[in-house]
Amino acid sequence: MQSKKLSEMKSGEQGIVEAVHGHGNISHRLVDMGIVKGSHIRIEKLAPLGDPVEVKVKGCALALRMREADLIDVNCSEGE
Amino acid sequence: MTDAGTIRIALAGNPNCGKTTIFNNITGAKQHVGNYPGVTVEKKEGQCEYDGKQLLFIDLPGTYSLTARSLDEVVARNVIINEKPDLIVNVIDASNLERNLYLSAQLVELGRPMVLVLNMMDIAERMGIKIDIDKLSRQLGATVVTVIGSKNIGTQDILNTIVDAAHRQPKDNPPVHYGDVLEPSIGVLADAIQKSGIIRYPVRWLAVKLLENDSDVVAQLAAIEGTNRMIAMAATLRDTLKDKVDLDFVFAQYRHQFAVSVYNDAVVAVGSSDSLSDRIDRVLTNRIAGLPIFMGIMWLMFNVVIEVGAIPQDWLSAGFDALGKWVSPMIADEQLRSLVVDGAIGGVGAVLSFVPLIILLYLFISLLEDTGYMARAAFLIDRIMRACGLHGKSFIPMLLGFGCNVPGIMAARTLDNEKDRMVTILTVPFMSCGARLPVYTLLCAAFFSESMGGTVLFAMYAGGIIIAIALAVLLRQYVFKGEREPFVMELPPYHVPTLKGVLIHMWERTILYLKKAGTIILGASILVWFLTAYPMDVEYSRDYDAAQATVTTSIAERQMPVLQSLGLAALDDDENLSAMVEAMTAAAADKEAVKGLEAGQYPAVFAELEAQNPTLYRQALPLYDIQKAGDDELADLKEAQDSEKLQQSYAASIGHFVEPVLRPLGFDWKIGVGLVAATAAKEVMVSTLGTIYSVQADENDDSNLVRYLSQDPAFNPAVALSLMVFCLLYMPCLATLAVMKRETNSWKWPTLAAGYGVALAWIMAFAVYHIALAAGLG
Repeated sequence: MQSKKLSEMKSGEQGIVEAVHGHGNISHRLVDMGIVKGSHIRIEKLAPLGDPVEVKVKGCALALRMREADLIDVNCSEGE
Repeated sequence: MTDAGTIRIALAGNPNCGKTTIFNNITGAKQHVGNYPGVTVEKKEGQCEYDGKQLLFIDLPGTYSLTARSLDEVVARNVIINEKPDLIVNVIDASNLERNLYLSAQLVELGRPMVLVLNMMDIAERMGIKIDIDKLSRQLGATVVTVIGSKNIGTQDILNTIVDAAHRQPKDNPPVHYGDVLEPSIGVLADAIQKSGIIRYPVRWLAVKLLENDSDVVAQLAAIEGTNRMIAMAATLRDTLKDKVDLDFVFAQYRHQFAVSVYNDAVVAVGSSDSLSDRIDRVLTNRIAGLPIFMGIMWLMFNVVIEVGAIPQDWLSAGFDALGKWVSPMIADEQLRSLVVDGAIGGVGAVLSFVPLIILLYLFISLLEDTGYMARAAFLIDRIMRACGLHGKSFIPMLLGFGCNVPGIMAARTLDNEKDRMVTILTVPFMSCGARLPVYTLLCAAFFSESMGGTVLFAMYAGGIIIAIALAVLLRQYVFKGEREPFVMELPPYHVPTLKGVLIHMWERTILYLKKAGTIILGASILVWFLTAYPMDVEYSRDYDAAQATVTTSIAERQMPVLQSLGLAALDDDENLSAMVEAMTAAAADKEAVKGLEAGQYPAVFAELEAQNPTLYRQALPLYDIQKAGDDELADLKEAQDSEKLQQSYAASIGHFVEPVLRPLGFDWKIGVGLVAATAAKEVMVSTLGTIYSVQADENDDSNLVRYLSQDPAFNPAVALSLMVFCLLYMPCLATLAVMKRETNSWKWPTLAAGYGVALAWIMAFAVYHIALAAGLG
């Protein structure tokens, strides 16, 4: 079991979402877009200025700021 | 409500699922765009007749979910709950089925008959995704139709299914199961609701929403009498549940599980993710190439919208000038003539002058959005925009603002989040638009050396940007505070846009502008015209009509000896000669040709005329000289008369009235008049000052005015700086305010923008003026 924040993951890394922290709007927006416990998530790339980050969840590409990526815990060992 | 024969259909779906394309395919141009009462969310409706039935489509805002956390979502679900459409048509991107089903899970809960439209089947097929339609239909209790919206394939099937489904009793939608912990509580609450007899809401849905503590539902319910017990009961149940499950997330999790189970059951083959779209994306958002490509596209957009748009703009203004000149002689009454020519024709011209910009703007916006590049652009530039308290998508409105604030503000519509959009709309006017440039260049040319002028000009642009950033940060902090909105943006797959979609978008926005903003701009232009043109019965210091007659007679008298020496009684007796004089006069009227010529010098074209026919040229030249001198005299008289008239107008009264307030900024009443007139459009400042100083001047040629201003003791470099700052900030032009009203759906924001604009302008101009005086620029 290797768990880390989405914001610490590198381009190409993937895993299963373990938890979404934060309250109210922020976490609910993430959940509505499919970033929910159990979803498979992969880092596609970083923007040229290092932020935001593009991830793929449920077959769809999302852009997140690092601030949001900080709220997401990912278990990387299972995603391989 | 509509008559009983009409079938009412609500179109729901995720953003980027192709819902609008399908809406366009079905309804064509028969669409109506308005606003939901009290909010900025747009309401789009369209009609179509099929199989002898009237169908009314309501295009709901595209949403990912139906919580109470965003205005779009509340609006979407309230339409379904309150207006009880006969049918919900849920458009789904078949290539992105799993995520799309999350919304379907919530639509199912609303208990209305539903038709599922699987769009983009071609893309799904290319990706190798295979969907078992029957299973999907059974799982969701909805009829499923497969279509390719971009190619208009399957539109008939949708209509057939709708007419069919509206007749049948709805299938029972299988409910989302919320697990063993929650279900008993939902049951208890649903029973209580059933007994209370509140039938406005689907019972089970209401029970779930109360347990979720949905703020909008709770507030609406609390307004109904006799619901206190129910709300209290929900609170008690929440209390007992909160230790067992995470109430914040658990409902969403079960809905996702529902979507996943439907997906797993219905999808036979999973597609490959490495599509053409991914390969395009790897280039366009490349770490090294991404930003340069972005800059290139932005450069192209700015140039096409602003520079290319200026060409038809010039045609329009030339056309309206010509129309005015054509109409003028037909109206004998001076007051009526001024009203028609300067007021009405001028006002309509002002309204229409923005249309080329808006058409081109929406050509680009449609292309950028429909292809999917808009989200990428925001992705690339977000880091920089965020530092200013803005969103990646604010970049395009800001950029366009430098050309013209009107398309800039209209482009803010691409921002999905209400707060981001408001902050962008309110900061765009601080971008120095193209109309402010003539004011800057006039004052720079009059009071600063060429090198210094460049610095001043740069400072104006930079100053506007800095103030915009500061305002954005302040607005974020104090006005649009509330809960922080996260930045989660879908990067939809790239698509080839459809011509129909782009055209409808351009058409719809242009009509909206003309209807909503155009009428305000027209009214305001006429008001400003009235202020500068009235009162009409001015007492002039001298008899201008007599003076003009004298000059006209003297031209004829002076030309007479020359004509007689050629054996002519009048100029018209020799066609060739009169044609030559006319050609010379026309050449001298060309502003470009006479630029920089000293008195007594002739434009370069004259040499060509001489070469063509030296004899005729020599005969014509003295006649031309006399004509030209006379014409110049007449022009001076006209300028002097206009100047006197303006000085006695209502605008001048306002100028005098506000002079005490403007004194501390170094302005006299003349500048006050210019500022009043420039509310119509900022470049009007130049021509108004020209009229006051009774010199010919407009935004294209200000050389005479430069000379006058630099000699006027009331002006100095400090005043010039102060005026430039004031002009940048004092208030957005009337067209911008009108568009602001239209885009925010309220007079509050344009009023505020004008208000704090004037206050800010006064303070900044005051500071700049006194700093400049202290620095010895007085």
